[in-house]
Amino acid sequence: MDNYAYIALFAVIGVAFSIFVMLLSWAIRPHRPSKVKLEPYECGEIPFGNAWRQFKVGYYIFALVFVIFDVEAIFIFPWAKELLNFKAKGLGVFAFAEMMIFIAILVVGLIYAWRKGVLKWD
Amino acid sequence: MQITLTGIIRLVFERLHIPANWVAPTVMLVASVIVLFFILFVVLYLIYGLRKIMGWIQARIGPNRVGPYGLAQTIADALKLLAKEDIMPAMADKWPFIIAPIIVFVPAYMVYLVIPFGKGGSWVAQDLSIGVLYISAILSIPIIGIITAGWASNNKWSLLGSFRAAAQLVSYEVPLALAMIPPVMLAGSMSLQGIVHAQQGVWFGIFPKWFLATQILGFAIYMMAALAESNLIPFDIMEAESELVAGFNTEYSGMKFALFFLAEFAGMFTVSAIAATLFLGGWLPIHPALSFIPPVFWFLGKTLVLIFVLMWIRSTLPRVRVDQLMSFGWKVLIPLALLNIVWTGAVVLFFPR
Amino acid sequence: MPTITLQQFMFGAIALVILGSAILVATLRNIFHCLLFLALSFLGVAGVYLLLSADFLAAVQVLVYIGAITVLMMFALMMTHRVMTTDISQSLTQWWLAPLPIALGIFAVLFRVYVRHGGQALVDTKHHAVPTTGIIGQALLTRYMLPFELASILLLVAMVGAIILAKEDKSDDPA
Repeated sequence: MDNYAYIALFAVIGVAFSIFVMLLSWAIRPHRPSKVKLEPYECGEIPFGNAWRQFKVGYYIFALVFVIFDVEAIFIFPWAKELLNFKAKGLGVFAFAEMMIFIAILVVGLIYAWRKGVLKWD
Repeated sequence: MQITLTGIIRLVFERLHIPANWVAPTVMLVASVIVLFFILFVVLYLIYGLRKIMGWIQARIGPNRVGPYGLAQTIADALKLLAKEDIMPAMADKWPFIIAPIIVFVPAYMVYLVIPFGKGGSWVAQDLSIGVLYISAILSIPIIGIITAGWASNNKWSLLGSFRAAAQLVSYEVPLALAMIPPVMLAGSMSLQGIVHAQQGVWFGIFPKWFLATQILGFAIYMMAALAESNLIPFDIMEAESELVAGFNTEYSGMKFALFFLAEFAGMFTVSAIAATLFLGGWLPIHPALSFIPPVFWFLGKTLVLIFVLMWIRSTLPRVRVDQLMSFGWKVLIPLALLNIVWTGAVVLFFPR
Repeated sequence: MPTITLQQFMFGAIALVILGSAILVATLRNIFHCLLFLALSFLGVAGVYLLLSADFLAAVQVLVYIGAITVLMMFALMMTHRVMTTDISQSLTQWWLAPLPIALGIFAVLFRVYVRHGGQALVDTKHHAVPTTGIIGQALLTRYMLPFELASILLLVAMVGAIILAKEDKSDDPA
């Protein structure tokens, strides 16, 4: 029987530890800010405007394709867990074939993205 | 009788006349804190080990001044970080800047919930039945923290570094997850203890039935994706000093920086421990005749060997270019990982265990 | 006085987190802050799944909604200029009119289900939870075989559509 409360406990202890060390260091460290210290470090250049501006679109496509493959991996997990059970019931080849179709359709997508040059960083 | 944490706490509570229903929560609390201290200890000595090993490989000595053989060096470093002034840039986005290291560190710690250090229930905090999927899910959270760190710093280098880091992590998360699937198929279980148990026994009285036997490709894919996920050379694009100053944590100092550092090295142990569990039989001995050595030593031994390999690679190889990095992940690792799943399916179907 | 079980207490706490962060998502002006609270809201939903012993769904919720969708939105934010610098204010003052009937409708449905079951909780809390992944796997491979295969076609269509929308056509040599 899984005890999910443990997950919550780990999360709480992790956050509590992080806050504790931050407070501890806040209590003992020096605090002498100056205008120059508080500038962003951009190789000694005086920063020019803030950083919140448009970046290149190239990054976005990787995230898009990633979402698709993430969902695909999730579909494979329950199948992977049950494959041995299906084999025991004599349905192994059937289960295997089903997943092969699933993967094949997604490989078509991967090839499409590849041909379109999406997977190229430029 | 074996001495377990539950046994000790139950005994103490009986002596002190504390109600018995307090035992279970206390065990959980104590176990979580033990895991936390284990991580802190491991990280301190991984950093020391990395500096020593890199020193030897590069014909240097490495840390040798603080304590015997420099063993107290990283403790001194940690105390120094604790006492360092913590600078938050004036233009930073205040509260996201503070919570970003927490978002990165907490998942790195939460993964240890399912890592089996030894045989039975007392060597793993909670062996979840969705173990492998839990690991994938938890390891996907730090990306948010990294983007938050870059964004909140309001520094162009940090932001660029954080989005590069996110693109890299996202790209290598898929092959990592796909490489963790074959052991699940072979074991018919997603719990890490279940996967270890499925690797018991030997072939021809000598070869251990580890999943590595059929998963040499899977192991290679996993280790390469793990190198990228834990941001080690040759895949440390996200903090390429010559290109991005120091990446997403350029503006971080003091304890906030230490949390990023802690998460990075805790992650190095995590990926090695998971590789040892999924492919190298976890806490199982290499041969049943050697089972007089306690399981936990087998587990730590295998993990440390893998960590050494990671450090070795890190100190000998140059860094890849960012475009090579991305195309290697998508055009080599993902197709190979899918192929490996097909191969493993055939193994499961046509080879008797 | 009715006693509150640990489960009920946890549900209450999680519900507060989900609703609170959802309200912040709708009202905060800084769009990046909105995204962080959206992630927190998603995390709360994963917590609800865990309370219902739906372990597989909880992991999927974290993996897809936090690890992928939120990250995707952060990337989208990057390529949308002006959004990042200016604090956008809600220009529509009657924005709450749209979600109101939807919320009332959902509440009506849930209330009807609640009444029909004689005010009993629908979740079986007496029995121990069973791991759900195997059950889902069996269902996917037998009863829901067709939807399972259709899902892969859906994913393919989504990918092709996304690529067409996000990338101007410049096919290059498959290097």
